[in-house]
Amino acid sequence: MKSIKAVIGQIYPTLGNVERNVSMHLEKIGEAVREQADLIVFPELGLTGYQLRDMAFEIAMTLSDEPVRRLVEASKEIDIVFSFVEESREHIFYITAVYASQGKILHVHRKVYLPTYGMFEEMRHFGRGDRFRAFETRFGRTGLLICEDAWHPSAPFLLSQDGAEMLIVIASGPARGASAEPMIGSERSWYSMLGTYAQFFTSFILFANRVGFEDGVTFFGRSALFDPFGRVQAQAKALEPDMLTVHIENKRIRRARYMMPLLRDENLDVTIRELSRIRESRLSADWLDMTNRWDSSEE
Amino acid sequence: MKNRLEIHPELVTEMLTRFIKEETEKVGIQKVVFGLSGGIDSALVAFLAVRSLGPERVHAVMMPYKTSSPSSLADAQACVDALGIESSVIDITPQIDAYFERFSDASPLRRGNKMARERMSILYDFSAQLNALVLGTSNKTELLLGYGTQHGDLASGINPIGDLYKTQVRQLARYLGVPKQIIEKPPSADLWENQTDEKELGFTYEDVDRLLILLVDRRYTKEELRNEGFSEEFIDTVIRRITRNQYKRRIPLIAKVSNRTIGIDFRYPRDWGV
Repeated sequence: MKSIKAVIGQIYPTLGNVERNVSMHLEKIGEAVREQADLIVFPELGLTGYQLRDMAFEIAMTLSDEPVRRLVEASKEIDIVFSFVEESREHIFYITAVYASQGKILHVHRKVYLPTYGMFEEMRHFGRGDRFRAFETRFGRTGLLICEDAWHPSAPFLLSQDGAEMLIVIASGPARGASAEPMIGSERSWYSMLGTYAQFFTSFILFANRVGFEDGVTFFGRSALFDPFGRVQAQAKALEPDMLTVHIENKRIRRARYMMPLLRDENLDVTIRELSRIRESRLSADWLDMTNRWDSSEE
Repeated sequence: MKNRLEIHPELVTEMLTRFIKEETEKVGIQKVVFGLSGGIDSALVAFLAVRSLGPERVHAVMMPYKTSSPSSLADAQACVDALGIESSVIDITPQIDAYFERFSDASPLRRGNKMARERMSILYDFSAQLNALVLGTSNKTELLLGYGTQHGDLASGINPIGDLYKTQVRQLARYLGVPKQIIEKPPSADLWENQTDEKELGFTYEDVDRLLILLVDRRYTKEELRNEGFSEEFIDTVIRRITRNQYKRRIPLIAKVSNRTIGIDFRYPRDWGV
């Protein structure tokens, strides 16, 4: 991986106002270009806002619609990661992130894990993506995850095995779980999780979270860069818009991977063999029996 | 024992003051208005609103009835003075008494509800006059227990303290410097003489909050609650209150006839297009 300078655009998107959000993206892109950054990353659904509900139908875009094209065009000067509601040719609606570079779409990731519990209702409105793929950028191999994707360790594991040296995690992370701690509960969970991943996968993790309010929900921000040792290398403000400039240095990946050769020692064959076995056993009658059975001592 | 209800006051203040500012300005409104009773909930809202918008954009309305305790008005006035906000005093006695002249045998409940709705109606009139958003002052404990008047004190445009239990309201009020006498006096709806919340409810806020955070926020089962030392009777009383008052927390039910019904499958955020 080449060493690069990246900017995290921790923005406050306006719910349902694509035009205003596109302008805001372009403005931030301009700032990053003036800073001579190589990459700018925006949060999940930055072009549309998060709690869309029935608006998803009205606000969805295809990859060739004008707002997307304008941002892809802007990637002639700087690589850009941005996100919106994508409508596929089959009219399935996805939460999508695009990695655009040199005026082209380099990679499209459709959110795989759609939280539908508690305050979340994504599966009511959106289709599930079906793949995690690392991809080649002009700086090195990268992987994209959208919010809940990151709460499933298999997702960063797969991207790591697929050669990613940097994971870009974009989110609309709500603030919840107030306690006596000087940190919002959800922020604590995110940081412990991403720090652990960065360490386990000896990779950089770029976390781009949004801020602002939608229907009473606060988004906490605190975008960050985690280095391949699992440390927080840089951190944006909580609760307000911020532009965080970070330096992703190849030498840190190299050092981490030599000192902690976890990637080298990972045994993909063992994992695949055991996963295949587990998959088979789940299809068997024994599994059904096992998941039906209640141990009377536990009742 | 660890206090599960404790919050980080600085962080929560930061969230709530930003919430007030954002959700007000988003809809093109610059000011807020609310009823200031002299109790801790509305005092906390007053302090948060001033931190959020500055005193010149905050208007408090004090609406005593002839039986209201004079100390309530004095405590409300102490808040107004401490914060330097605009305020109005509207005595609701004439309109309440005019109405109940026709129903001299009306119960205290009817009278109390009528007063709460009269105050709501005045606040919404001020809202139109000042182009100000009405701030709600109901806390999470009251909302869950249904201890409030529907379309009365439960009505508002936005509510900054509706996710804080009463004991958390107290903690935040201390942090923000709400006058001591307001924090320490027994909570009361002040709808009739010598009324106190805890006497009327039959338990203290401290006890019920310890139960509610386990029941609601942490989803403890009844058995687990009993193991925490709560009596069966107390648990049942609280659960019954929460269930019975669910209607107060929802918009009116609409009979579904079409394919797309408001509140059922016509689902947009309230921040739609703002």
